[in-house]
Amino acid sequence: MANAVAKRTGATPRRLPYLLIAPAGLLMLGFIAYPMLSVLYYSLQNYNVTKPWRNGYAGFENFTRIFTDDPQFWDALAFSGKWVVTEVLLQLVLGVALALLVNQTFIGRGIARALVFSPWAVSGVLTTTIWMLLYNPSTGISRYLADAGIGTYGTSVLSDTGTVFWAAVLAELWRGVPFFAILILADLQSIPGDLYEAASVDGAGRARQFFHITLPHLKDAIVLSTLLRGVWEFNNVDLLYTLTGGGPAGQTTTLPLYVANTGINGHDFGYASALTTVAFVILLFCSILYLRLSKFGGDTK
Amino acid sequence: MTAVTAEQGHRAQTAPAAPVPPAASGKRRGRSVDDGVPRWQIYAPLGLYLLFTLIPFYWMLLFALRPAGSTSLVPWPVTGEHFAKVWNERAFGTFFQNSMIVGVASLLMTTVVALAGGYALARFDFRIKKGFMLALLASQFIPGALMLVPLFEIFKNLQMINSLGSVIIAETVFQLPLSIILISGFIKNVPVSLEEQAWVDGCGRLRAFGAVVLPLLRPGLIAVGSFAFVHSWNHFLFALMFLSSQDMQTIPVGLNTLIGADSVDLGALAAGGVIAAVPVVIVFAFIQKWLITGFSAGAVKG
Repeated sequence: MANAVAKRTGATPRRLPYLLIAPAGLLMLGFIAYPMLSVLYYSLQNYNVTKPWRNGYAGFENFTRIFTDDPQFWDALAFSGKWVVTEVLLQLVLGVALALLVNQTFIGRGIARALVFSPWAVSGVLTTTIWMLLYNPSTGISRYLADAGIGTYGTSVLSDTGTVFWAAVLAELWRGVPFFAILILADLQSIPGDLYEAASVDGAGRARQFFHITLPHLKDAIVLSTLLRGVWEFNNVDLLYTLTGGGPAGQTTTLPLYVANTGINGHDFGYASALTTVAFVILLFCSILYLRLSKFGGDTK
Repeated sequence: MTAVTAEQGHRAQTAPAAPVPPAASGKRRGRSVDDGVPRWQIYAPLGLYLLFTLIPFYWMLLFALRPAGSTSLVPWPVTGEHFAKVWNERAFGTFFQNSMIVGVASLLMTTVVALAGGYALARFDFRIKKGFMLALLASQFIPGALMLVPLFEIFKNLQMINSLGSVIIAETVFQLPLSIILISGFIKNVPVSLEEQAWVDGCGRLRAFGAVVLPLLRPGLIAVGSFAFVHSWNHFLFALMFLSSQDMQTIPVGLNTLIGADSVDLGALAAGGVIAAVPVVIVFAFIQKWLITGFSAGAVKG
């Protein structure tokens, strides 16, 4: 009914927008909505390929088990939180710093930008490949450092529970910072240059310019990119799956990794579905809370 | 006074962007012309960060190019043994072809479907528009990793397990929501009046779109298309789950096999990594400029 453009031109059949969204809509219904609904359905079932005699309606049994009888769930949830907060904070700080840096005018800027942004396109598995070569206890960086008298031979950061977290964080930072840097740089370029000129005429130093012009301007972009990245870091399992496999001793198992292990290796699909549902609700709740607290878009639009 | 000449040399190169009267140069020695930041405050942190970025890449090249058993820090003499081994014995030739098919097919599918959806969102008001937008946003929160099992069942019913089609569809579907949002942002930036002008000139909607809107969407389409390609080239879990036989697998799955081997062949692993990196590096080099303009064209703001 409220088809403003069509009314004005009179040339558009009312069905056109529906036809246009149909391919996307059907694909998403079939391969996102339907699987999601089936996850909801199975979360209320006992469904385990290896124990078919128990299959059937389970009510809220799976959920009760998650919250009262599954310490692994809480460990995985706590690790997910620690992982997401650490990664997003460090990536944001380094990403903003990097964007400010390559937004300056200097000789070699084009090539510097291309080089520092390049890990953006690197996959989780490739990141694992590269950092496994670096972390390798016998031929990795530590060997050459030990040759030079720093540290000891045979240091294996990935199998030591004290270092594995930061080893994984560093690898993920390496490819995660460029994402923020690219988005922030794009937003930096929309700040009118005369704002800074006016500010420096008024005697504002660079720090004050950053806090009074740059940061307020970047706010929406920062809120949105941290949210997207947070969700992405929560959900993405490629790197940890291949780099640590959730180990050593379950130390680096995030919630999605735990779900994947339960559903795929453990064949306990009913319970994995309940875990999925819980993870989804937690994620949605945190995201809405974050948008509310940050008053996204509130004062600009 | 070498500093002055260096500074002047620098100024000569940046002069077209910001011409500065020569009188000012004496007072502002050692500072940038445009922004007042001393050079070392740019180059020192940038150099440090470049080391962090580039050493890992160098390390991979080193292992891929130096002979097995060598501990030299310079890949010399260069050997192709690891590449030959990975490409032929470890079937990376086949993986490369499969990854390429998946990447290009999901690029095309994502772009075409998102273009249609994005146009509808940008140019029409229709009854389920709000609901559709909400669905696009909400789907960002659904972890693909957690959808593996139900998706596996669907593809099993469609008899698409172990065919590249399953991976292409799955990659496209999870790439679509963001692509539609991005493209509709780009289309909104093209004034409707341009299109209306073409209608007045007797063009149909489709022809007007092709002649007026499409050329202006180039940066946006390049950004969205390259995202789709890189994403599906890189993605691992769908291929790992849906493709069981070795001749159907993709590069990330091949790498994972090398990583998980009982005794890891580091040279072969590094060579496989280089093969995995080459196409995305080429795409990246090509789109790097477009990426930033693409985003600043209002993509982030929707």
